Amino acid sequence: MSETVIHAENLTKRFGDFVAANALTLEVYKGEIFGFLGANGAGKTTAMRMFCGLSIPTSGKATIAGYDVYRQTDLIKKNIGYMSQKFSLYEDLTVLENIRFFGGIYELSNAQLKSKSDELITQLGLQHEAKKLVSGLPLGWKQKLSFSVALLHQPKIVFLDEPTGGVDPVTRRQFWDLIYDAADKGVTIFVTTHYMDEAEYCNRISIMVDGKIEALDSPGNLKKHFQVDSMHEVFYQLARGAKRGE
Amino acid sequence: MKQLLVFIKKEFAHVLRDRKTLLILFGMPVVQILIFGFALTNEVKNSKILIVDNAKDIVSQRLITQLEASRYFEIEKAARNHDQIEEGFKAGKIKLAIVFPANFQNELLHQNSVQVQILADASDPNNATTLINYASSVIQDYQSQLNQTATVPYRIIPEMRMLYNPQLKGAHNFVPGVMALVLMLVCVMMTAVSIVKEKETGTMEVLLVSPFKPILVILAKAVPYLLLSLINVVSILLLSVFLLDLPIHGSILLLFAESTLFIITCLTLGIFISVKTDSQQTAMLISLMGMLLPTILFSGFMFPIENMPLPLQIISNIVPSKWFYIIVKSIMIKGLGIAAIWKETLILVGITSFLLVISLKSFKIRLS
Repeated sequence: MSETVIHAENLTKRFGDFVAANALTLEVYKGEIFGFLGANGAGKTTAMRMFCGLSIPTSGKATIAGYDVYRQTDLIKKNIGYMSQKFSLYEDLTVLENIRFFGGIYELSNAQLKSKSDELITQLGLQHEAKKLVSGLPLGWKQKLSFSVALLHQPKIVFLDEPTGGVDPVTRRQFWDLIYDAADKGVTIFVTTHYMDEAEYCNRISIMVDGKIEALDSPGNLKKHFQVDSMHEVFYQLARGAKRGE
Repeated sequence: MKQLLVFIKKEFAHVLRDRKTLLILFGMPVVQILIFGFALTNEVKNSKILIVDNAKDIVSQRLITQLEASRYFEIEKAARNHDQIEEGFKAGKIKLAIVFPANFQNELLHQNSVQVQILADASDPNNATTLINYASSVIQDYQSQLNQTATVPYRIIPEMRMLYNPQLKGAHNFVPGVMALVLMLVCVMMTAVSIVKEKETGTMEVLLVSPFKPILVILAKAVPYLLLSLINVVSILLLSVFLLDLPIHGSILLLFAESTLFIITCLTLGIFISVKTDSQQTAMLISLMGMLLPTILFSGFMFPIENMPLPLQIISNIVPSKWFYIIVKSIMIKGLGIAAIWKETLILVGITSFLLVISLKSFKIRLS
C-alpha cells in the first residue's frame, strides 16, 4: 500500500477518570476500505470524532489527510466527507437542492456545483427525481444520494458511521458497490459497522474493546489468527472479554 | 459569506415549504389580533342604558329623545331609583346609566351650566369608554344645538364615572401584549425547533463535520426568523391601525428598533433551548411552558402585576416580555420617546446580552 492518510499514535481521549479511547495506534492507506468495529460503548464514536476534527484528543499524535488533529481541524474538515446512519439529508428539500446546499457548505463554485450536481444525478439515475423532495425517495436511494453528497467535494477520506443501519441486505450490497467504486478512485473509506458480513468486505479492520484496539488486520488474517471460520466468531471472542457495557 | 447565504436560503426553503408552519407564522398574529380585538372592542350598537331622570323637564326630555334616536342606545326604562342602576349593572342588563339632576332645566337656563352624570360598567373597559364617548357626543350635539340661538353659551358637563375599574386597565393594551406573545412564540419556538430538528435528523452532525463554522449555523438560523418576525410586527401594526383604529402615537422607527431588540432576545432564548434539548417535542414544550406562559402571566397584559403577591412581582422582572410590553405600550399608546423608556430598553439589552453569552458558552461546551 502507498500513501498513509490516517496516522494515529497513542491517541487518547479522557473524560475525567474515564478513558474513552486508550492509546489508539493505527495507519490507514489511500484507497483502502478500513472497517472500524467494536461493541456499543467500546469507544468507536469517540475515536471517530477525534479523526473528524470534532474533538481534541487528550494526548497522543494523529494526522488526518496530512493535517494535525490538534491544530488543523479546519483543514481536516475540508478534506473529509461524512455520512451517518441517519443519511443526513434534508427531507423537505429536493434532491437538487440538497446537492447544491451541501456543495455550497463546502464552498464549491457555482460552475462546479452545476457540473457536479448534473454528473451526480445522471450517475445515480435520478433525472426524474431531481426536482422532487427527498422525503419521497426510497430508503436505498436516500442512502446512495447521501453517500454521493459526502463525496461531492472530493474528500480524501470518507467517514461512514454505520451507513447501512436499517437497510435490507440487497440494498446493502448495492451500497457496497458504490463504496468499492469510490475506493477504486482513490478515496479512503473509514467505516463503522455492526454487520459482520460487511466487515468481510473491508480490506482491513480494527476491533475496539473497552477503548483499546485489540486486533487490527485483514479479515482473512484475523480469522486465521483466531482459528475460526467467520468474522462473527472473531468479534465474539474479543468482545466477550469486554468489561464496559453500554 | 457565500456559505452563509446558501445556508440562509436553505432555511427560508424550510419555512416557506412547510404550509403548516407558514400558516402558524403568519396566520397567528392575524387571528390573535382579531380575537383579542373583537373580544374587547366589539362594535357597540343598541346597548341598553338606564336613565334616571330626576328633572323630568323639557330639556332633559329632549336630551333623552336624542339619546334614543341614536343607533347606539336602547333606553331600558326611565327609573327613579338609584338602586336600580346598581342592580342593572350587576345583572349585566345595562351597560350605561345616565342621571339627570333635579332642576336640570333651571340650572342650565339660569346658571348656563349643569352637570349630568354618566355611569359605566368598566369591568369591560373598552366597551365602557366607547359608550361614554358616544353618550358625551350626543350631549355635545345637543349643547351645540342650544348654543346656536343662545347669547351666552350653555354648558352641559358630563360627569363620567367608571364603575368597578376606574383606571380602565386592559383597554387597548392587548396590541402590545399580542406583539410580545407572537414574537415570543415565533422566535423562541421556531428557532429552537428548527435547530433541534437538525440534531434529530442527523444533519447537524454533517454540518459540524463540514468546514461550516458552528457559530454560522446559529446565525443562519436566526436571520430568517428575524426577518419573518419583522413582517409579523408590520402586520400586527397594520391590523391595529386600520382594523382596530388604534393609532401609533410615538415614533415608528423607535418601535421597530425596540422590536428588533426584543426579537433578538427571543432568538437567543430559542438558541439556548435548542442547545439544551435533543428532541423537537421537548423544545416545543419548554418553549410553550417556559416562555409563552410567563409572557401571558407576567408581562402585565392580561393580569395586572401590581395586584400580584410580592414574590411574583419580583419574578416578573426577569421576564423579557414584561419590559417589551412596557416599551411598546409607551411608544404606541402613550406616544413617549426613548427618554421615557431608556431604562426598560437597557434592562432588555442586559437580559439579551446575558442570554447570548450563556447560550454561546453552552453551545461551545456541547461541541467539545
